Amino acid sequence: MATTTDARPVARTIFRRPAGHTGFWSWITTTDHKKIGIMYGYTAFVFFILGGLEALVLRIQLAVPENTFLSAAEYNAMFTMHGTTMIFLFVMPVSAAFFNYLLPLMIGARDVAFPRMNAVSFWIFFFGGVFLYTSFIFGTTGPPEGGFAAEVSRLGTAPNGGWFGYAPNSGAQFSTGTVLDYWSLGLQILGLASLISSVNFIVTVFNMRAKGMSLLRMPVFVWMTTVVAFLLLFSIPIIAVALFMITFDRQFGTLFFDAAAGGDPVLWQHLFWLFGHPEVYILILPAMGIVSEVLPTFSRKPLFGYPAVVFAGAAIGFMGFGVWAHHMFSSGVTPITQAAFGLSTMAIAIPTGIKIFNWLGTMWGGRITLNTPMLFSIGFVAMFVIGGLSGVTHAVVPADWQQTDTYYIVAHFHYVLFGGAIFGLFSGLYYWFPLLTGRMYNETLGKIHFWILMLGFNMTFAPMHWLGLNGMVRRTWVYANEAELAQWNMVVTVGAFIIAVGVAVFMANWMYSKRNGPKAGMDPWDARTLEWTIPGPTPNYNFGVNPVVTSLDDFWHKKYSEDSEGRPVRRPEADTLLAELEETGLNPPAPIHLPAPSYYPFMVGVAIPIMGYGVIYKDQAFGIPLALVGMLILVGSFAGWGVEPLELDEDHEEGDHA
Amino acid sequence: MADIAHVDGPTDEDGPVDDNHDNGHGDEHGGHGDHESTGTDNRKLGMWVFLSSEFMFFGALISNYLLFKGRDFTGFDRITLIYPIELYDIPFTSISSFVLLMSSLTMVLAHDALASGDQNRTRVWLAATGMLGMVFVGGQFFEFSEFIHEGMTISSNPAASAFYMLTGFHGAHVFIGILMLLSLWGISRRQGGLTEDQGLNLELVGLYWHFVDIIWIVIFTIVYLIP
Repeated sequence: MATTTDARPVARTIFRRPAGHTGFWSWITTTDHKKIGIMYGYTAFVFFILGGLEALVLRIQLAVPENTFLSAAEYNAMFTMHGTTMIFLFVMPVSAAFFNYLLPLMIGARDVAFPRMNAVSFWIFFFGGVFLYTSFIFGTTGPPEGGFAAEVSRLGTAPNGGWFGYAPNSGAQFSTGTVLDYWSLGLQILGLASLISSVNFIVTVFNMRAKGMSLLRMPVFVWMTTVVAFLLLFSIPIIAVALFMITFDRQFGTLFFDAAAGGDPVLWQHLFWLFGHPEVYILILPAMGIVSEVLPTFSRKPLFGYPAVVFAGAAIGFMGFGVWAHHMFSSGVTPITQAAFGLSTMAIAIPTGIKIFNWLGTMWGGRITLNTPMLFSIGFVAMFVIGGLSGVTHAVVPADWQQTDTYYIVAHFHYVLFGGAIFGLFSGLYYWFPLLTGRMYNETLGKIHFWILMLGFNMTFAPMHWLGLNGMVRRTWVYANEAELAQWNMVVTVGAFIIAVGVAVFMANWMYSKRNGPKAGMDPWDARTLEWTIPGPTPNYNFGVNPVVTSLDDFWHKKYSEDSEGRPVRRPEADTLLAELEETGLNPPAPIHLPAPSYYPFMVGVAIPIMGYGVIYKDQAFGIPLALVGMLILVGSFAGWGVEPLELDEDHEEGDHA
Repeated sequence: MADIAHVDGPTDEDGPVDDNHDNGHGDEHGGHGDHESTGTDNRKLGMWVFLSSEFMFFGALISNYLLFKGRDFTGFDRITLIYPIELYDIPFTSISSFVLLMSSLTMVLAHDALASGDQNRTRVWLAATGMLGMVFVGGQFFEFSEFIHEGMTISSNPAASAFYMLTGFHGAHVFIGILMLLSLWGISRRQGGLTEDQGLNLELVGLYWHFVDIIWIVIFTIVYLIP
């Protein structure tokens, strides 16, 4: 785009506009989707380590029968924070990191539709997570009305009602301290971040695609992102209402979940799981998208049945809203409801099965390269099948009555969320590492990471199946010696520490290779999607020249034709094409406009938790003023935002020398 | 929309010259030329997408009210046996509903005035819409205080809680709408008119405003009219 005019007065804003592209403030004020993606990734990884430490603490407690390492109260806080962290502060944001970094690259755009809103999403998420964790420092646990107060260490002053926060336990009557306020408001804040980003991603996908990139030419990862964004869009408002209700019950005296006053605690379960079940697809679909990119690349075949994979993903999204009551078979819902939800739950296995077979079909007869991302993707498929099968057993209502609230359930959802989602996410981290850093990770360490994780994972979660079927109950801090569960519990605990070793290997590999890995060069995987037409590390304007797409897997078809038996033959001009792409990628022929940095998204993120503290401490002298200060910052930020143009005039020369 | 008045002034950072740069179109920095894939502006599409989420939000609140609406709370602890349905003043609420509906009309008139380039008329109708909104919120405030005066508070019983929750969140939405309308009105007054880009903002506020009205029609029917 041509530079339009001569010197004009610089836009009038409250602060001087930030302008740098490096250094601390460039990260605070960035509106670049790649930087935001990286910040999502690192923040989420810090929370992953915290959630992992919480899991290790839990496993130390459960290693031997009748252990006294943790008190019951501390154990409650630990398992609640482990679940809440892993779901809301790790898997969701790390998926958001992939969306942010890759979505515009894969559809051939220079940024998302709303770059500043994107930064707002991140900062609200970041401070929402911090807000939740400050409960360890400021939170108080109170006795239930008429109960007795127990001594609780700081390890126990975190939210302690489970990640599902069942009412009435989470209501004012049974949790008199503030920790559940941290939980309900913290989740509300995190939900807001997800809602904003879902709007952003949907508009980006529908409006920002490169020329020729029709919907059915989009990579499967983009499709899964879209489905996830819609799931968030329709499920977040439901949990928002539920969280408002519990917050009002706790803070302002409403009676929604107070059974003694005619309220309805089961209503909480309905609202929560009406959000909570789509949520599990929100967690798994991004990983499915990643695997659908990795498997074809390293099998050197197109994805088997692309439209089927896409439609199966969309079908999972739709059906995900119709299965929630399978979390509630033991809550006294009617037999008709149980039968209906049992059936719909079994039905959702069909689109999931379609995907599994398509992935197998992709690998079948392919020239498979068994490198780290591929290993993790194959691991994903295998582990997810195990978790999926145990999932179908929950759809059988009488069986579920036996399994519910036992470690069998814990085994199931760790097979789908760890063996599934996290394996898929690791696969993606290795796969796109060269794009992110311009360098290669260490393959040997990568494989060591995979095999340690595979061993540790199965040692940890496979024995939970039979522990659960033998009667080991969830969410209980001790088990009796006579229960004969000790042996396998020790195996599980050892497995958990092996997982920790695996994660340490990953971190070492990441930190080392980021600086010292060999240069990756253009298109190191000989891949098929648009992001690989860019030289890594991705320049801040993404594409030197806007791509034009003529087919699915366009990049691949530009590099390869087929011989008479359908085998790929490299076109003679492929190397020239790559050299050209590298040249235009590094030295764009025309100046490129980019959205300018801004302080306001950061300030919005700061303001919202301040208001949260104000609500929690509204009965104290500083509560209301605090809420007002937060609101003032919020309104001021929006006002400043409103008069601030998206782009800086000084930014015109961006692409020339970057 | 070249016919929208071009605002001038030496410090005018939002003037027409700048339109290519500050309007938040992804395309402007995406450099795709002038097309969005759907042909709809990013911000407009974003508003539609956001409003679809709002439908779920109010859907959940309305379901919550419906669940508690018909229940008899006799015999439960810590409650007052007073039901929202006994207190409704249908003629009063009908009038305030009518006021809110009329504000949708004035919103359309404001949009129409801007489309024909009449900045003064735009401001008049923007102000009128905001005023009608304030009358509605004022009416709700009056209604709430009447109910509280008659003994029904947010803690009386779950049905009362659900009533205040649903209508209160709707009122908050109207209030935010009023703030947006007044900001547009103030900007237009300060710089003597709205630019094309801000005209799109007016359209977005309009979408939001009509949405809030539609939700009120549903709430009025379900909560007040159907026994």
